Amino acid sequence: MSDFLMPSMGAEMEEGTLVEWLIKPGDRVSRGQVIAVIETAKGAIDVEVFESGTVEEIYIAEGTKVPVGTPLARIGEGQHVVADSELRREAEPEQEPEPKRGPEPQREADPERETGRERAAERTGPPPASPAARRRAREAGIDLATLAGSGAQGAIVLADVEAAASKEEHPAARKESEPTRAGFDREEMRRAIAGAMSRSKREIPHYYLATTVDLRATMDWLDQWNAGRPPAERILVSALFIKATALALERHGELNGHYGDDGFRPADEINPGMAIHLRGGGLVAPAILGANELTVAELMQRLQDLVTRARGGGLRGSELSLATATVTALGERGVDSVWGVIHPPQVAMVGFGRARQRAVVVADGVAAHPAVDISLAADHRVCDGHLGALFLNEIDELLQQPEVL
Amino acid sequence: MNRNELRATIVEELAKIAPDIDTPSIDDRVRLRREYDLDSMDSLNLLMALHKRLGIEIPESDYARMQSINDLLDYLEPQVER
Repeated sequence: MSDFLMPSMGAEMEEGTLVEWLIKPGDRVSRGQVIAVIETAKGAIDVEVFESGTVEEIYIAEGTKVPVGTPLARIGEGQHVVADSELRREAEPEQEPEPKRGPEPQREADPERETGRERAAERTGPPPASPAARRRAREAGIDLATLAGSGAQGAIVLADVEAAASKEEHPAARKESEPTRAGFDREEMRRAIAGAMSRSKREIPHYYLATTVDLRATMDWLDQWNAGRPPAERILVSALFIKATALALERHGELNGHYGDDGFRPADEINPGMAIHLRGGGLVAPAILGANELTVAELMQRLQDLVTRARGGGLRGSELSLATATVTALGERGVDSVWGVIHPPQVAMVGFGRARQRAVVVADGVAAHPAVDISLAADHRVCDGHLGALFLNEIDELLQQPEVL
Repeated sequence: MNRNELRATIVEELAKIAPDIDTPSIDDRVRLRREYDLDSMDSLNLLMALHKRLGIEIPESDYARMQSINDLLDYLEPQVER
């Protein structure tokens, strides 16, 4: 039995808003199941529970903003279940954004959020709306106060929000700092990134190394793989970069883990975070969990899924909090080299520049080969240049034998 | 499917990948990737979407040469007229 706490999903995260409970007291939950949606500077994140059990009590109501570490609910054996209706329900002042009140009365357990649990919520403040409607409104950047509800007692249901969303024809006209489709506020995200990057440069003594890797073998392999395959099975070179990085992290554990008050703790798993640029500005680096054990094809699927959810909503708490190192690959619209800033509490950032044709020395002559500059930013408290060099050379060697990745 | 319908399909799928694009003002001649800041993942997703909707599989080598909507239309139009 233990409390489910407001998780920290980034070094800069100090608080989050519990926007939606997906379970109720009495429900059985299993480890890894998404049980709540939490709004952070990085948008709405699906948060998983880390243990199995029965939801005994929900402490924090939907719509409440709390600091990281605050107990949100209790997961136990099921012997001390406190039903929703027993929680105190206080009258809401009109403009209060964080009301303290009990959550809605009995609802059907329905894990499929998309089919919508359409029932009115009883409130006296913000307009009553179903959880599905609120989520869709968040994603579409629609203010619920502007809608008329067609549900019971004037409640706003999903259909009302969808109708309003389909009328929005010019997303380009949206104001700069309004929540985007993925539900993140650009200014808030910028502040969060600013905080994390400043802290990183203040606290982490970075050292930097780089090397140029001949990609002839990698690109030949990639062309061959992609030639006979339908688009859905094609692989991008970044999937190979991530796999090589994951294998190299396995061998050099001093670059894979977190640095905290008690020093460096190497991680058991290899979860490289992938820096993903968000349209309209913003950056998030969710992890591909266990990347070292995935085939390149599997890794590509995961990467595609991650990018879709990073840009459209639906990232999970574990993907944000469990990254053990980060890869940044600006791609073919980028530049030759990227010198990263480590994301605390990680201790390494691996950068891949643009893969392009270079003049390289082959035997006694010069040839045109595709090549890429890779860089490592590492925490000098944990390791030295010698190890960093071994790590980069490992990636180089792995990319010379792409068929083994 | 005629050229206009084909164009509408392409623009529709492009808008899903990059919702911030002002679709009525797209210039068919511009290089899409540069103009609309599409990365290789966006590019691949567009390719997949077109494959799904049109049933036409574009080999990677051909696709790499296509830069603008006109390029895509010129390539795809003969293949959808059946």
